[in-house]
Amino acid sequence: MTFELFLQHLANGISLGSLYALIAIGYTMVYGILRLINFAHGDVVMLGAYAAFYGAALFLLPWYIAFPLAIIITAALGVIIERIAYKPLREYPRINLFTAAVAVSFLIENLGIVIFGGRPFAFTRPEFMDVNLSFGKTSIISYTFIIIITAGILFAILLYLVNKTKAGMAMRALSKDIETTGLVGVNTDRIIMFTFALGSALAAAGGILWATKFPQINPLMGVMPGLKAFIAAVLGGIGNIPGAMIGGFLLGISEILIVAFLPSLSGYRDAFAFAILILLLLFRPNGIMGEVQAEKV
Amino acid sequence: MKIKRNTLLTLAALAVFYGLLALAENTLNTYWVRILNLCAVYTIFAVTFNLIFGYTGQFSLGHAGFAAIGAYVGALLTLSPAQKQANFFLQPILPFLANVEMPFLPTLIIAGLLAALIGSLVAWPALRLRGDYLAIATLGFSEIIRIFLVNWQPLTNGAMGLKGIPEYTNLYWSWGAAIVTIFIVKRLIDSSYGRAMKAIRDDEVAAEALGVNLFKHKIMAFAVSAFFIGVAGALFSNLISTIDPKVFLFTLTYQIVGITVMGGMGSLTGSAVAASLYTIFLELLRPIESQITIGSLMIPGRPGMRMVIFSLLLLFVILFYRKGLFGQKEFSWDWLIGFLRGKNRKMKTSQTLGSTGAADKENKS
Amino acid sequence: MSLLSLKSVIKRFGGLTAVNNFSTDLQPGELCALIGPNGSGKTTIFNLITGIYAPTEGKIFFDDRDISGKKPNEITRAGIARTFQNIRLFKGLNVLENVMVGHHLRLKSDPFSAVFQLPGYMAEDRKMHQEAYELLQAVNLAHLADKEPTALPYGQQRKLEIARALATHPKLLLLDEPAAGMNPQEAEELMEFILHILKNFELTIFLIEHQMRVVMGICPRIIVIDHGEQIAEGVPEIIQNDPRVIEAYLGVTENA
Ligand SMILES: Nc1ncnc2c1ncn2[C@@H]1O[C@H](COP(=O)(O)OP(=O)(O)OP(=O)(O)O)[C@@H](O)[C@H]1O
Ligand SMILES: [Mg+2]
Repeated sequence: MTFELFLQHLANGISLGSLYALIAIGYTMVYGILRLINFAHGDVVMLGAYAAFYGAALFLLPWYIAFPLAIIITAALGVIIERIAYKPLREYPRINLFTAAVAVSFLIENLGIVIFGGRPFAFTRPEFMDVNLSFGKTSIISYTFIIIITAGILFAILLYLVNKTKAGMAMRALSKDIETTGLVGVNTDRIIMFTFALGSALAAAGGILWATKFPQINPLMGVMPGLKAFIAAVLGGIGNIPGAMIGGFLLGISEILIVAFLPSLSGYRDAFAFAILILLLLFRPNGIMGEVQAEKV
Repeated sequence: MKIKRNTLLTLAALAVFYGLLALAENTLNTYWVRILNLCAVYTIFAVTFNLIFGYTGQFSLGHAGFAAIGAYVGALLTLSPAQKQANFFLQPILPFLANVEMPFLPTLIIAGLLAALIGSLVAWPALRLRGDYLAIATLGFSEIIRIFLVNWQPLTNGAMGLKGIPEYTNLYWSWGAAIVTIFIVKRLIDSSYGRAMKAIRDDEVAAEALGVNLFKHKIMAFAVSAFFIGVAGALFSNLISTIDPKVFLFTLTYQIVGITVMGGMGSLTGSAVAASLYTIFLELLRPIESQITIGSLMIPGRPGMRMVIFSLLLLFVILFYRKGLFGQKEFSWDWLIGFLRGKNRKMKTSQTLGSTGAADKENKS
Repeated sequence: MSLLSLKSVIKRFGGLTAVNNFSTDLQPGELCALIGPNGSGKTTIFNLITGIYAPTEGKIFFDDRDISGKKPNEITRAGIARTFQNIRLFKGLNVLENVMVGHHLRLKSDPFSAVFQLPGYMAEDRKMHQEAYELLQAVNLAHLADKEPTALPYGQQRKLEIARALATHPKLLLLDEPAAGMNPQEAEELMEFILHILKNFELTIFLIEHQMRVVMGICPRIIVIDHGEQIAEGVPEIIQNDPRVIEAYLGVTENA
């Protein structure tokens, strides 16, 4: 493999990784607070992509309006899902919460099939994302970089929100200890809503960027990215935001590179993620950044 | 005396059930017979999930993978050599399988044993993990199994799946297997081993401090579950007569979780009822996905509608019947008799209520 | 020959040394108390003995066998049973079944004979039922056999935990603050009860208590620890007047 080709794969891997990371953050934040594997999160990704698609294709909005609008709508949907399906179950056995997430996931996917139709739509990239950039012998289309840059900006904003704002700090406190944080006068409810809004917004951004990278959208498009992003979150140590980012990049890059170096294994690509995950968990049962929590007896 | 009575009642009920199956097999059309068969397959899925999660507390999401193993064993051991040649036109099947053709019973048992073996191999490392980590690892193994099956063309014919599998599954086989599953799982959870499993579910630390070997009992639950899931998988492929590997995506596992929770975590009765309701319900709703004409009004079909209704219903049950339809309650003759008696008494006088209570106590001990 | 012997046991959690160089010996038939202020490492010592944690350094011998680092179920099988400071009953099992779990480690029949209810298993099962019931009688809970454990008042839940531990047929019983949450009279009754089982079940008992008063009356030997280290050992009279003990306890009361 030439060095140029390697760089091309690497760029590809980083852009895929940043998508996984964007989606993984929502998983990890929700898990941190509610201990819920929100399996509907992948479908929120799909909603984001469709919202952007309809904004651009149906209402003919320019991308710089359609995309942010899609993100806002999806964030609102994320909050609504939490209010209706998860909030009433907070005090109940966790299997109920998990099943609620499964039900919501089925619901969104199949509503998607009913409303949008089962056939895929072609997603048109904004022109500036479709520029062919050549570097010596290789050429990379501009969306690869734009995805990475956008994701980078979003990560920076997120880290600022989580570390520097009141709501963000309350969120982190909540994920450490929901009971005592609730007692010291933090409005738990509002923080949970904030978490879902933030996670869904990032998922929507991930969905839109995903659609620019793989420009075919269908109602089940969120399933695999969602699952991979969840793996990324667990790899990084679920509940840990920087961990989710690391996990996302690790997963994206290794997926692309393994297939690049061993093309005969490309059929097994979706199995790598799990193989990596299982191997890692056997040695670090709480992920890369996760803290070991020995149960006090 | 009482035990004898209950055994007799059970035997009688089985005889009646057998009669009903025979009636169904001979009078209903193939479409409905297939649905009733599917009810049995899903019952096995739900009952086994209940064993592993509802009674042993291990959040395993590996069902789809184990079912896939059973389904492929069921297909590959029953397909005739000629059919195999027809199926594997891209690349011939592995030689050791080319000329195998087995009767159904040994096929089912091998399907179960292989699923149990692979289930135990999966569980062996995975059981070091707890809670959600166990869930994601088992889900991962399930997907890895599926991806291998899709890619291992000389063994499975890859993404094209398999066709022409003999339709051996009938109501006697499917419900026979379901009843055996329920019987064994019920006996297991009521035994001392089952008590140990429930202790693990309730409090691992305390269970281990009482001398319960956690690993042994978890593996046991895994292996027994995986065995019957494998059998159900084989019943499934020999019922549908084709295999499409996409069926065994992890979403199948989610469906099974949904069904089991709907029926009630910790109720085998609930699992069986919910699995059957789910299957029948989805079939009854099939028309709403095809075009309907009412008078001159034509409503175009909407694929996906059935699952929309199912997921709404699932959500409704979880939100409003938080313990599922049956909670942890189990059907039993004592319950039925008490129920019937209680009703009669209540209708007569309120005075006898006290004695009913006493009678119930006697029944229990 | 001592039944239990801890030799220079150290347990660290990250930077925190919860147990520091702790050694002691328990003789068969003995009733010994382990006391100390909050967070002094008492429960951790029990967790080390029962295999919930492995010692960072040092060794633990039981019946002259090295049990350090063995798994909890193996240690229970060797003859050590315990109760927990924060009650850990099995909520999904009734009172009788909770006790029967303690009998499971002696079950000889395999799962196959259990599922098919072969005569061998049925005999064992009957015996299990009967023994569990007798244990409940011994702790005065037989009339509650089919109740859910969470329906019982606190004191009875503690007794149930003791019965459950006895079901494993231990030689050594570890009780972690059995009188916690009881009023003085209940605590006194419980101590009587502990003396009773000590004799009737041929046990050795190692008992954690937070308050010194409770154990003064019944324990011939008391070990006091603070910050994971033993600061005193001996008969109640000596302990009571030991300046380090008084300081450790007064220090705590001042902070509280
Ligand atoms: N699993 C653990 N991880 C980290 N620290 C622990 C762990 N278990 C105990 N500790 C710490 O070790 C110290 C001793 O705790 P331990 O529970 O043994 O005290 P104790 O004497 O039983 O106190 P109490 O009277 O409150 O029960 C405490 O500072 C506690 O926080
Ligand atoms: Mg303690």
